[in-house]
Amino acid sequence: MATVSIPTILRTHTGGAKTVEAKGSTVAEIIADLDANHSGIADRLVKDGKLHRFVNIYVDDEDVRFAGGLDAPVKETSTVTILPAVAGG
Amino acid sequence: MLRIRADLVDEIVAHARREHPNEACGIIAGPEGSDRPERFLPMRNAAADPDYPGLPNTRIDPETGEKIEELRFGDTFFIFDSKEWLAVHREMTAREEEPVVIYHSHTQPYSEAYPSAIDVESALEPNAHYVIIGTKDPVRHELRSYRILDGVVTEEEIDVVESYMFAHTGADDVPDRD
Repeated sequence: MATVSIPTILRTHTGGAKTVEAKGSTVAEIIADLDANHSGIADRLVKDGKLHRFVNIYVDDEDVRFAGGLDAPVKETSTVTILPAVAGG
Repeated sequence: MLRIRADLVDEIVAHARREHPNEACGIIAGPEGSDRPERFLPMRNAAADPDYPGLPNTRIDPETGEKIEELRFGDTFFIFDSKEWLAVHREMTAREEEPVVIYHSHTQPYSEAYPSAIDVESALEPNAHYVIIGTKDPVRHELRSYRILDGVVTEEEIDVVESYMFAHTGADDVPDRD
């Protein structure tokens, strides 16, 4: 199981937990497993089959946007970090 | 209300002036739950990189009401560099800090120091004070602060103080460390 770090804004979905476990060999599978246990979380992360433009997901130290997107591989020992992108105009 | 030390305001202003006409952005971190901005953390605006692909966006022309398709770069958009943001986030977590202030500048002649549609869409920290500094005037800047919750923008007063020690911030006041 990979460890997933949950940002403040999404902790309503995890009962306040800062980290949860999830299984999957890609980011997409991790998100699907998260959603199965923490309903509604996938809608906050993915829009039209793509990572939401103001959400960053990292597998260990890699931003998945530059490493295969939702297909980026995840290992059993990986830490997946979800962070809101800080952006604006 | 945002209560903030004058030296931190000076840091924001200096950063925004340095980056102009690109947008400057950053955080002032403070102890979790304290609502007290303490540690100034200027961030790199990745949208100002020469190889940034541009953010696809549509904007409504305020005069004609027409949709304008545009790509936004560092002078009309900011985004924290994702690697730097991860490192800073980890450091803040280890120090039990949170972003008390999230600031950025507006630099364009047409833009006020008021949250844009993208600012509202991307505001995801319910506890943060969103500070915008307008630098379109080369001498006088405009500094304003907002709460942004579920798409609703509420402006708040800014109380600039020399030190939190003498400001009435509550029973758990602690002296400044330096």
